[in-house]
Amino acid sequence: MTEPLLKASSLSKRFGGLLAVNGVSLSLFKDQLHAVIGPNGAGKTTLTHLLSGDIPATSGELWLKGQAVTGWPHHRLSLHGLGRSYQKTNVFLPLTVWENLMLAAQAKDALVPYNPLSWFSRADRNLNVLERAERALELSGLVASKSKTAAILSHGIQRQLEIAMVLATVPDVLLLDEPLAGMGAAEAETMVALLKALKKDHAMLLVEHDMDAVFALADVLTVMVNGTVIASGTPEEIRSDAKVQAAYLGEATP
Amino acid sequence: MDLANFFIQLLNSVQYGLLLFLLAAGLTLIFGIMGVVNLAHGSFYMLGAYMAYALTGAWDNLALAILAGTLISISLGWLLEKLLFRHFYHRSHLDQVLLTFGLIYIFEELRSMLWGDDVHSVGVPAVLDWSIQLTDTLSYPAYRLFMLAICTALALGLWLLISKTKLGMRIRAGAFNSDMAQTLGINIVRLHSLVFAMGVALAALAGMLIAPLSSVYPHMGSQVLIMCFVVVVIGGIGSVRGALTAALLVGLVDTFGKVLLPQFASMLVYVLMALVLLYKPEGLFKQ
Amino acid sequence: MSAPQGHLETLPRSVQVLLGLGLIALLAFPLAGQDFYTQMVTRMMILAIFAMSLDLLQGITGLVSLGHAAFFGVAGYVLAFLSPADAGASWLTSLPLAVLASALLALVIGFFVVRTQGIYFIMVTMAFAQMVYFLFFDNKALGGSDGLYVNVRPAALGLDFENKQVLYFFTLACLVLTYAFLRRLLWSPFGRTLNGIRLNEHRTQALGYASFSYKLTAFTLAGALAGLAGYLWAAQSGYVNPELMGFHMSAHAIMMVILGGMGNVAGALIGAFGFELFLHFFKDLPKVGEFDLGKHWQLWMGSLIVLVVVVAPQGLMGMLRPRRSQDD
Repeated sequence: MTEPLLKASSLSKRFGGLLAVNGVSLSLFKDQLHAVIGPNGAGKTTLTHLLSGDIPATSGELWLKGQAVTGWPHHRLSLHGLGRSYQKTNVFLPLTVWENLMLAAQAKDALVPYNPLSWFSRADRNLNVLERAERALELSGLVASKSKTAAILSHGIQRQLEIAMVLATVPDVLLLDEPLAGMGAAEAETMVALLKALKKDHAMLLVEHDMDAVFALADVLTVMVNGTVIASGTPEEIRSDAKVQAAYLGEATP
Repeated sequence: MDLANFFIQLLNSVQYGLLLFLLAAGLTLIFGIMGVVNLAHGSFYMLGAYMAYALTGAWDNLALAILAGTLISISLGWLLEKLLFRHFYHRSHLDQVLLTFGLIYIFEELRSMLWGDDVHSVGVPAVLDWSIQLTDTLSYPAYRLFMLAICTALALGLWLLISKTKLGMRIRAGAFNSDMAQTLGINIVRLHSLVFAMGVALAALAGMLIAPLSSVYPHMGSQVLIMCFVVVVIGGIGSVRGALTAALLVGLVDTFGKVLLPQFASMLVYVLMALVLLYKPEGLFKQ
Repeated sequence: MSAPQGHLETLPRSVQVLLGLGLIALLAFPLAGQDFYTQMVTRMMILAIFAMSLDLLQGITGLVSLGHAAFFGVAGYVLAFLSPADAGASWLTSLPLAVLASALLALVIGFFVVRTQGIYFIMVTMAFAQMVYFLFFDNKALGGSDGLYVNVRPAALGLDFENKQVLYFFTLACLVLTYAFLRRLLWSPFGRTLNGIRLNEHRTQALGYASFSYKLTAFTLAGALAGLAGYLWAAQSGYVNPELMGFHMSAHAIMMVILGGMGNVAGALIGAFGFELFLHFFKDLPKVGEFDLGKHWQLWMGSLIVLVVVVAPQGLMGMLRPRRSQDD
């Protein structure tokens, strides 16, 4: 049994009187895609924020590649191999696709800002950075859009850029928050193919509403309702789970 | 420091604090609801003081001058918001900073052309021109007590307005989330107009009230502006409660600082601000 | 208008030509002009360095500072402290010390200030600069409101700043070096990250950058460069007072950067020269009947600023840059 790349134990998040996430535990393993589903307001995105370090947890613990990382800010987690894409496209809109990827690719081995070497070298001449950006560009099928400004891209291509930026940081763990949000059928197909290709080499968490995509990709499913996990297991187990059917799948919007 | 002296300084602190509160309340609401940085806020204070000087000179009645001055500033605020500021709510902070810079220059010039660059004094009205004898050697001016009373009343009135009335609720909603407030059916345009005019009026009123005490001089606006900013930063943007707490705190630190550590007095307030920033970078009562 | 612009660092061809011609003009100027004009242009160059230092903070990193003059003034004071009453200090030692002092002050203030965002940042930079202002204003030991004099200008290695032409070319060298350094910075990994912070700080952090560290470094560097300008100012004018650290000086800097256009360093440079030229123009306006136009230069200057903000918020650069369809 391999060690989980990301392990969360009893994560909770309280906002004043509201318990958005209630004692959620999960583990992410390499070459495996773990989907989290649930109705709106179930706390899925908040959970993702907790895992990525975007917001601090009220209680619970987190381990990344065996290291205790509870309370680490998101930039630190990112450097340690955790990548996260956002539900609402969060790229550098005024920059081109290539510039977006270069900035992402640069992060992994960036010198400290007060090191004068980082003031004098040319950002676009670092071979490692160029290679990472190029690979992310190819992996996500964005070669044709390389010089286009992010702001003018179609929604589907923007969502691809959203993922590509995470890939450019060469993470071990991928947290994907509704990558298919707002996509038409054809775009969704492209994205699902991309995600499937990414399964190898990464430990993936997928938060999604698109049930077709979820069942096509997930190896493990966790179902959340009102901040709590009500079921967790293989797709078959979840599909036949009475609680899940009652709470969620009955009203699911594909 | 003996008891009488301490008491006097305490009164001065509260008075100064409440004055700052009048200015800071308007500023924090304008920041919080409309998201506008208004560097010209100090200019309204200055214009209020000069208006008090001019009107008292003409009518020989401070109360009447203050009344007229308040009405003028409400109209000025309403006009400025409608013609200029309204179009800058969605502009970057830098654009707003620049706009209000330009306004500062323009206001300074207008004041210079209308009333010159000299320092003026405004007479304390005869009915308040006496002092309460505290000890053999110490007395406290009645006008200061009057100011204290007025500012307390205004502060109370503002608190009641904000926390107990429907309008206050709308203001708080606007300070919390302007877009959401709009979708809830609040007439946001009218709210903005009202808040802005109120802010300008409060600032001008503060200037009018302080005129008999501190005299009227060209740079009084920029000096008080900095203090205002410190108060808003310490209190937290959008919070009237924060503005009151911070203003009183600043009043205390500044007044007692000047008495106990005169050489570093002006710095103490900033040290206070730095400390607050270390632990609460968004102010004590941030929404 | 409120969304940040992307490719601010590109220089339109017309600007590149303008800069080239400008450099030639600056090199030839002292040989043709009188002392008075040499001094005037030296002053403009000093202000250009000051403006460019602010551009690093404002145009590149996106941090609007209302207290940048604190670092400008402090360096001038260091020169005044280091200058004996009857001889000139060595600029070889006093210049680095002054710049270091500004850098240290920027590091300390930056530590408190950089943790704030948006409107708060603007206000606290103003507040801390005021604190520094009052520190000098209220203390006779530091010169008080009267300020301090630099009785004899610095000299070293045979270059004596008492000689106006020597100071002119020294300043020009500093100007060129500052410009080159900042342009280089724009394309460096550090500069690219600052740009990212300006455009979307949250995502920049999410990618793995410790943005606090980056912003603090930028703040300190900008402070150091402002110190360079402040030192030269004191060396030229021979006099420092708290107003050099005051609000009006900080406002001056912001307006210069805006007028020219932020984010590419050249704009700040052009804006500084433009601002000073406008200032001289307005101040020298004649009387029309009874109305002294020149005396009320603040009115014209203020109106110009308002006009620029409303009509051309990207400054001169924005007007010269070719419009790209569907871009930025």
